[in-house]
Amino acid sequence: MTPVLSLRGATKRFGGLVAVNELDFDVAEHEVLGLIGPNGSGKSTTLNLISGALPPTAGTISLRGSVISGLPAQDIARRGVARTFQLVRLLPSMTVLENVMAGAVFGHRRRWGHDAEAQAMRVLDLVGLSRRAQAPVGSLTYIDTKRVELARTLAGEPKVLLLDEWLAGLNPTELEEGIALIRRLRDEGRTIILVEHVMDAIRSLCDRCVVMSSGSKIAEGETEEVLNDPGVIEAYLGVEEPAHA
Amino acid sequence: MTARDRRGVTIGVLLFALAALLPLASDSYFLSIGVTIAMYTALATSWALFSGPTHYISLATAAFFGIGTYTTGIGIEYMPYWLTLPIAAVIGAVLAALVGVATLRLSGVYFVIFTLGLAELVRQIITWGQNVSGAKGLYVLTSITEEHIYWQLTGLSALVFLAGFLIWRSRLGFAVRILGDDEEVARHSGIHTARVKVLLFMIPGAVAAVTGAILAPRYVYIEPAIAFTPMLSFQVVIMALLGGTGRLWGPVVGVIPFTFLWEAISGTFPNQTTLLLGLSFLVIVYLLPRGFVGLIEEARGRVSRRGAFA
Ligand SMILES: Nc1ncnc2c1ncn2[C@@H]1O[C@H](COP(=O)(O)OP(=O)(O)OP(=O)(O)O)[C@@H](O)[C@H]1O
Ligand SMILES: [Mg+2]
Repeated sequence: MTPVLSLRGATKRFGGLVAVNELDFDVAEHEVLGLIGPNGSGKSTTLNLISGALPPTAGTISLRGSVISGLPAQDIARRGVARTFQLVRLLPSMTVLENVMAGAVFGHRRRWGHDAEAQAMRVLDLVGLSRRAQAPVGSLTYIDTKRVELARTLAGEPKVLLLDEWLAGLNPTELEEGIALIRRLRDEGRTIILVEHVMDAIRSLCDRCVVMSSGSKIAEGETEEVLNDPGVIEAYLGVEEPAHA
Repeated sequence: MTARDRRGVTIGVLLFALAALLPLASDSYFLSIGVTIAMYTALATSWALFSGPTHYISLATAAFFGIGTYTTGIGIEYMPYWLTLPIAAVIGAVLAALVGVATLRLSGVYFVIFTLGLAELVRQIITWGQNVSGAKGLYVLTSITEEHIYWQLTGLSALVFLAGFLIWRSRLGFAVRILGDDEEVARHSGIHTARVKVLLFMIPGAVAAVTGAILAPRYVYIEPAIAFTPMLSFQVVIMALLGGTGRLWGPVVGVIPFTFLWEAISGTFPNQTTLLLGLSFLVIVYLLPRGFVGLIEEARGRVSRRGAFA
């Protein structure tokens, strides 16, 4: 079976800095893949290459066998890649419902009118925010802004979901809720790339992990195996110990 | 349609019906002010349809306007007057699309400069064309009266409002609102942002060209300096910002007081108009960043908040 997403030699240079260096990996259908590594190792840049926020300097990225690298972000989104941003981005002048409808109206599976509204309400329900549908986004708590962003990506029924540190900055209770929410997505059989620093979340959510350091892949495999790999521990220790909390 | 939409439409229809009665009830002085108001209503409202949500400041109004004026000036030799209007609209829209494709990927600053340059460029081309052909200007002799011009401009303004209303409720309108909030989010949600901007920019292009075409018979004699005056572009921007671009009815709230103010200023200080125009621009941007719309909604918010606590 062809993987849902595959990267071959994906490379991004910023002037002299190689932020992503000849990266190869595949994501299978229904898989939750952890993309981990110390700060500045190129995780967000990798997501930017996949989502089309940035064009790769070299290499190819394909979605179900057809090449998407080089396409503009809107075309990649329409083909079924949806993402959240490391720093949450909402539409400030709109309500929660309208924010989510943006994904339902223009995403991979496009809807309009009552259909789009019903879809937006369904995903708001899924992330536990249906009661705040009419609230302006300015009035939300931090975790709720993250929920809205997640709902927006889900609303278009994407084939692949890219979550960039979606769990970062949550307090312990919120973190538990957040992990439970992503586990639900996983149980629904969604295909997800999870960029994350929270080790507990990675252990409990990811089937496999790809580890990056200074732009290159240094390990790939089953989550437990990878996290016990001496090279991986070394890479993390060079910066900071992975949080076991 | 929501109850609020229905009320808005009803009020709009009534106001336009009332406006259409003006020529029956006024002298020629007020009629000429009416023409000015109707003209700037069409120009500023269509300008704000594009520039409001996208924040791209277009100074191309004079270019489209002048092209429309010349379309009628030249076209009237070969065809009935009324046929020149749709032709002007198409030329304006196509030119706007070309400008949009060339510039709307760039940042806002380049867009402003480009659109300002466009008016000058088109004017130079026409001046050059006239020098080559030996003609200095064009006579547009018709039996069209001031009343007809007023009604046509009022009808055009009504069309702009209708277009704005329909777009606001369409997918295109939703796309524009998203794009205005965050272009990166828009792109990642699957919106073809460049196409949306180009489509939307065609509206002020077409409307300004038709406005110029409608006004050509009023000038009788047209030459590039009249048809392509850059002051026009700036005045449209000022009026739209004064009213506020956040609502469809915003620009017209700026157009009406500004037209009267401008009548007074240009009557009293005919030689300082450019200076005063610049000054009013600074004052508006500094004191009223969201225009009258912002003031009105703030006042409304305060009233309803007070109500909530009472
Ligand atoms: N647009 C850009 N221009 C120049 N350099 C960039 C750009 N984006 C990222 N970089 C650099 O590329 C490297 C990788 O950054 P990236 O944001 O991908 O890291 P990350 O793994 O997501 O880190 P973090 O865990 O802190 O989010 C960093 O050195 C960063 O400074
Ligand atoms: Mg990052």
